[in-house]
Amino acid sequence: MLGKLSWTAVPFDQPIPMAASLFIVVGVLSMLGLTTWKGWWPYLWREWLTSVDHKRIGVMYVLLALVLLVRGFIDAIMMRSQLAIAAGSAQGYLPPEHYDQIFSAHGTIMIFFMAMPFVIGLMNFVVPLQLGVRDVAFPVLNAISFWLTASGALLVNISLVVGEFARTGWLAYPPLSELQFSPGVGVDYYLWALQISGIGTLLAGINMVTTILKMRAPGMTYMRMPVFCWTALCSSMLIVAAFPILTATFGMLLLDRYVGMHFFTNDGGGNCMLYVNLIWAWGHPEVYILVLPAFGIFSEVIAAFSGKQLFGYRSMVVATLAICVLSFMVWLHHFFTMGAGADVNAVFGIMSMIIAIPTGVKLFNWLFTLYRGRLRFEVPVLWAIGFMVTFAVGGMTGVLMAVPPADFVLHNSLFLVAHFHNVIIGAVLFGAMAGYNYWFPKAFGFTLDKRLGAVSFWCWLIGFYLAFMPLYLLGLLGMTRRMQHYADTSWQPYLIVAEVGAVVILGGIVATIAQLVVSIRTRASRRDLTGDPWDARTLEWSTSSPPPAYNFAVLPQVESLDAFWAMKQRGPVATAERYDSIEVPRNSANGFVTAFFAVVTGFAMIWHIWWMAILGVASAVLTLLAFGWMERGADEVSGEQLAEAERARLHPMEPA
Amino acid sequence: MSAHAVTGTLPGAMPAPAASGRGPAPVRIVVAYGFWIFLLSDIIMFSALFATYAVLSGQTAGGPSGRDLFELHRVGVQTLCLLFSSYTCGLAVLAIERRRVRAFYVSCALTFVLGATFLGLELSEFAGMIARGAGPSRSAFLSAFFSLVGLHGAHVTAGLLWMCFMVAQTAAKGPRDFVRRRLLCFSLFWHALDIIWVALMTLVYLMGAR
Amino acid sequence: MEEPVQPLSASIDQAPGVADSAASGSIATYTAGLAFALLLTAASFIVAQTHLLWAPGIPAGLAVLAIAQMGVHLVFFLHIGTGADNTNNVLALAFGVLVVTLVVSGSLWIMANLNANMLPPSVIMEMQR
Repeated sequence: MLGKLSWTAVPFDQPIPMAASLFIVVGVLSMLGLTTWKGWWPYLWREWLTSVDHKRIGVMYVLLALVLLVRGFIDAIMMRSQLAIAAGSAQGYLPPEHYDQIFSAHGTIMIFFMAMPFVIGLMNFVVPLQLGVRDVAFPVLNAISFWLTASGALLVNISLVVGEFARTGWLAYPPLSELQFSPGVGVDYYLWALQISGIGTLLAGINMVTTILKMRAPGMTYMRMPVFCWTALCSSMLIVAAFPILTATFGMLLLDRYVGMHFFTNDGGGNCMLYVNLIWAWGHPEVYILVLPAFGIFSEVIAAFSGKQLFGYRSMVVATLAICVLSFMVWLHHFFTMGAGADVNAVFGIMSMIIAIPTGVKLFNWLFTLYRGRLRFEVPVLWAIGFMVTFAVGGMTGVLMAVPPADFVLHNSLFLVAHFHNVIIGAVLFGAMAGYNYWFPKAFGFTLDKRLGAVSFWCWLIGFYLAFMPLYLLGLLGMTRRMQHYADTSWQPYLIVAEVGAVVILGGIVATIAQLVVSIRTRASRRDLTGDPWDARTLEWSTSSPPPAYNFAVLPQVESLDAFWAMKQRGPVATAERYDSIEVPRNSANGFVTAFFAVVTGFAMIWHIWWMAILGVASAVLTLLAFGWMERGADEVSGEQLAEAERARLHPMEPA
Repeated sequence: MSAHAVTGTLPGAMPAPAASGRGPAPVRIVVAYGFWIFLLSDIIMFSALFATYAVLSGQTAGGPSGRDLFELHRVGVQTLCLLFSSYTCGLAVLAIERRRVRAFYVSCALTFVLGATFLGLELSEFAGMIARGAGPSRSAFLSAFFSLVGLHGAHVTAGLLWMCFMVAQTAAKGPRDFVRRRLLCFSLFWHALDIIWVALMTLVYLMGAR
Repeated sequence: MEEPVQPLSASIDQAPGVADSAASGSIATYTAGLAFALLLTAASFIVAQTHLLWAPGIPAGLAVLAIAQMGVHLVFFLHIGTGADNTNNVLALAFGVLVVTLVVSGSLWIMANLNANMLPPSVIMEMQR
């Protein structure tokens, strides 16, 4: 009746997972209880859960990312603590079966449910505003995308309470991930969570590509688009091209596990290296999907706070497009050691070194933008400078490992772990934090506290170096990744330093949370009344903070790059004589309801509850058909309402 | 799938295409282009399975190979069915654009019958192979075959269901703008399935049967 | 709220599948596409099953015919053309084709090399003993 599900799925006999489960369950129940008691459900449903507004959806993505950052970080500090003590004959406090789940969950959560949502959320919020349009191309699809991503995150967290997670690492290579060697539900949780959220991500990519290519304000030609929109375009193109490969590959592994097929099994003619090949054909573009928007954020931040136009706009665009194309030509460098031979390794090694060149072009452009500018050390700029130094180091270690003979020594050692954390934290996380601090006032109408922002930055920067520089040395000394304990006690001092670094990063995360709490409490003193708190250059700053649902009463006429800066040079904006009425799409519960059934289906498939799975899929399809049948109404905002809103925005001091 | 690309610029101005930087493109263009991008992503998903098939096509684990299993005359009939259904689908779109509703229903009916025939032939092929012990769990080659051809068949099935929904919606709501946009998307989908079938027919059946 | 019906000719930008030509031209386009596709299909079957082509050249011949037929579909059914208004569509298609080519040929090359460098099963079994 309930498939493989029984009470033994709850980890009553394991103290740490049990404590974590209780924490999560109590936390979720109290949040739901508080919401019910305070009567917030109608507001939440109306304003957030059924919203199709890209700004709301972007905020929800970022919120999801921040919550999952905490979860993923807890996994990280548990691992660091384990390694700090498990030297020689000491076994630490985490048994291997548990440790394996922790590093798998850490990677999965940080990539798919922290970095991706953060980046997609920022793109969602900012791109339509920077393009000078009212929303993305397909607002309802946008909502569906978000809720499917949240569904995947929910499934991963359910695995903590009911069942187990994969023990295979974040990419779940066969044969370990096949049914024979992972008979439990862990790999199934992993696969279904990622398949569901993968569909959401793919739809988000399609949405963003269409928006950027087909919907821009009048006069905004390609070469007048902000650089962040170019990087969003290329990142979204990569999503559209790469995620189908992930879907296909996971689909094949699911078929192996559920139907007994032989794609990647040891017997029946299967080939596990085929999985490794395909998953990295997705995996390499994935890291560029993450990093390109971060590069775009830094371009915006550095230009805005230097008070100068970005240096070398054209070369930035070309470099971004080059990275986009080249990212599909390097994927074998993730498995140099698997025996493809010198010819194949050489080709992919050279391509991997070539892809560093456009990145270097970007770095120099940022430097030249800073040069002779009048830099203001706001919090986003701190993150930007930290990024430029940190990413340079990480990028160089990457180019080092692009040399196959070097990689044969360093592959799967802690040197590799240090490298990818170096580039992901240094670029993606720092970029996300810069973007978060930069665009927060636009989203909520008040700036974030500057001092706590600086504290957070310095903790992250110092903590990062303490946590990961020792890992480079350990990698060179021969320590491999994913070790639950180690015999060589001379490694322990390095790992203790790394643990200290993790604690400092914890301080950074606490500071970020504190920054948010304090900023909300003291928001009256930091209100953004003009909509342009940073004296910035691009169109999103020409709206009020937060912008109205329709973004722009009249779509701006764009005549140059840095359109808002040009508008400011032309002088104060007058309200128009009359405004045409606009239609604003109504909310839709489509996303939320479809995602609910997606979670039911995923859970049912994981536990082999076939009747529930069939019901779940059928309900999801029926939901889509039902919403598709109904016509989506739109609300009209009249010309008079627009005129009044514009008057209030442009002349806030005048009596109404 | 409705996008509101209302510009709100000068009254009376025609919405102009974005390619030249003259403002957001008309809704019809936006929707069709978005669907085109989706189709490209779908084709890339198929290509991952094609790559898998190409790599695993020789791994028969001592079991039957393509030469033993494929019946080319059936493949020929399937190809003709799908090709003609693509043609009738095109006719259906032309009919609805010119508001020739009866021609539209007839073309849709033909498309459905041809598509369903294709599907029926494919299902009978699968059933026959499974009955002979050549099911997808027999060998890596068969896993790759069933999943590649099966995924295409699943898309055809979804397409047939979508078409029924679209015919019903056209009957109920009339050839309104958003209905015709969706019909345009459906036709893109159906033509793309035929394109993928060309690759399947060639790479799997014609080359595999030798 | 009912949107105004947009006539086909109002859109200068072209989406795939939207034919801008006059009514009769469009049926002719589809029929021509059907005719070409039928010819190419017949040719494929003939090439595959007879000795018309030199045997080692058959896979290449079939591939050429398949690509030609896919092109026929794209041009006659999907109206992917070479006009300036079609640029976005063609570029998207080109990017898709590039990715497909890289993934398929890259995978084949890599897997062939990996398999070639694998120890023969008998040697692996010897190592187990």
